[in-house]
Amino acid sequence: MLNDFLNQVGPSTVGGLASGAIYALIALGYTMVYGVLRLINFAHSEIFMIGSFAALFAILHMGITGPLSGFALAGTLLVLMLVAMAASGGAAVLLEQVAYRPLRRRNASRLAALISAIGASIFLQEFFALIVIPKLFDRPSQGRLQVPVPRLLERESLLTIGNVEIRNDHVIILVSAVIMMILLDVFVNRTRIGRGIRATSQDPETATLMGVNIDKIIRTTFLVGGAMAGVAALLYAMEFENLRYNVGFLLGVKAFTAAVLGGIGNLRGALLGGLALGLIENWGAIFFGSEWKDVIAFSVLVLVLLFRPTGILGESLQRARA
Amino acid sequence: MGDLTGENSALMIPPSQGAQLAIDEFNAKSTNVKVELVKYDSQGNPDQAVPLAQKAATEDKIVAMIGPGFSGESRNVGPVLEQGKIPSITASATNPALAQNGWKYWHRVVANDSVQGPAIADFLVKAKSPKLAFVIDDAAEYGAGLADAVAKEFEAKGVKVERDKIDPNGSDYSSTVTKVKAANPDVIFYGGYYAQLGRLLKQLRDGGVTAIVSSGDGSVDAKLVEAAGKPAAEGAVLGCPCLIPYGSDVPELKTFSDNYKAKFGVDPLIYATEGYDAATAILKAIEAGNTTAEKINDYLATIDFKGVSKEIKFGPNGDIAANIIHIYQVKNGSLTWLGDSTQAQLS
Repeated sequence: MLNDFLNQVGPSTVGGLASGAIYALIALGYTMVYGVLRLINFAHSEIFMIGSFAALFAILHMGITGPLSGFALAGTLLVLMLVAMAASGGAAVLLEQVAYRPLRRRNASRLAALISAIGASIFLQEFFALIVIPKLFDRPSQGRLQVPVPRLLERESLLTIGNVEIRNDHVIILVSAVIMMILLDVFVNRTRIGRGIRATSQDPETATLMGVNIDKIIRTTFLVGGAMAGVAALLYAMEFENLRYNVGFLLGVKAFTAAVLGGIGNLRGALLGGLALGLIENWGAIFFGSEWKDVIAFSVLVLVLLFRPTGILGESLQRARA
Repeated sequence: MGDLTGENSALMIPPSQGAQLAIDEFNAKSTNVKVELVKYDSQGNPDQAVPLAQKAATEDKIVAMIGPGFSGESRNVGPVLEQGKIPSITASATNPALAQNGWKYWHRVVANDSVQGPAIADFLVKAKSPKLAFVIDDAAEYGAGLADAVAKEFEAKGVKVERDKIDPNGSDYSSTVTKVKAANPDVIFYGGYYAQLGRLLKQLRDGGVTAIVSSGDGSVDAKLVEAAGKPAAEGAVLGCPCLIPYGSDVPELKTFSDNYKAKFGVDPLIYATEGYDAATAILKAIEAGNTTAEKINDYLATIDFKGVSKEIKFGPNGDIAANIIHIYQVKNGSLTWLGDSTQAQLS
């Protein structure tokens, strides 16, 4: 047992950090929307899915035939990332307009918004399975099957320490995720709109009295959260190279868990929660087998919440550091 | 009878076309008796299959049935046909328990599930003489059952076995890859379907695992190559009780493939040869002058001929005597038939 652990802990850590980085990027969307609206946006997993298919659409129409390297790779990834961010961000803003804003206008209960979120989620999944995938990706009557993504980069080992191999794809995922996190942190803490977001999450009514345009802030929150899911979507498409209409579901559950683990409403908590969840899953799998991954992850979540009901870093970053 | 238009019709159209081919060939040759093929579309649903079987037995007065296609519907249709004294031959229902009902009119021209796992394990032991095997499954009924059978046979042959399971709905199998890499096995077996095997294969190969990867009939699908990508899929070994004549140059198979393609415009896929053989068995009985259901059934008990897929001879319980598992390998991005598991050679 201990031997197994020592043999596998290195590679598991690398794999766990890479999965965790993707969880964290998606978790940001949940946590930001919760921070501002006190709403769990259950359609966020479909925002991710839309971004991943947008990236695939771009890949197929850019005429990429084989794996790329060097500047061509960096440039292509950047373009694809922008495409995915635009698609996910745009879809999130649209979702807010259609599914949430009308309810908010009428002062509907939070439960109504929750049902609206679940409805939007089912609608988007079926819309992709029945129309978008068969039509746009030329896979008639195969909308529910997985769609392969052409290989963008050949896996290469950059560095080997003992039995731990550091691979280029894992480095790209981790570095992109951390850069996006830093940019987001700066955006929320150092810009005017960021201040508006923090103000709204503390006290929407007072913020309105102080001249903050709440509708604009909410739209921005959805846009930014969606864009982060877009980044995750591109990284996911690049790493796992297959997409499905329900690809967001399991990841969404994991990312939501990560957000709660880190402290929902807390941006840095999302990063910490995502990485922690990825590591716990992969380390746990060493001892109990991969089929116990989820059991271990959720047991840890329950334990953390028992002792820290607001997650590892506590609920509101905005409150703590306003 | 089978699922001709439903969700799993991709599995049932080839055997029904195989049967159609056999019957058309017979009618073209025969002058005194003509045979009509009536199609019953059960959608693979046991509840829909029973009334269709009753209609077939009492109204249409069929003399023999090819099918039902799946095990579930076979279980329900069996008693109806027993009562109507109508012989049936299934080309694709592989549940072992079907042969244990004491049915007198039921036959099967394909090896059952209890044969497949051990045959694949034995083949790998012979081909690779492994010391350590890594057996993975998708934690579902079919996949885990097959993986258990394979693991048991490996252990019986003195091969050490390590296990892991993957989440069929997930995509990230890195923890499984880590385990496989640490164990450094000589062979890997996956029990489950092609979509997940494709994802797993890709990640295993990217992770630097070079051991041979094998799987069962759930993964025998050309889409496996699409899902894994050509480089990762290359060399994967698949076992199946079905004989699919992928690019075979054996004369009988080639003739069958050519005739099939000329008639239907597609290559014969899963269970097409078995459907052809099931129909041929019934036609041979008719050719010998047996035109009633009862007499055809008596003839089937003693029938022994070389079919396209295998030697067709039934045991007393209706199961096929020759329990053959065929081995396929992905070569240059397409599935290639290597032969039956006792004779196939890996290149």
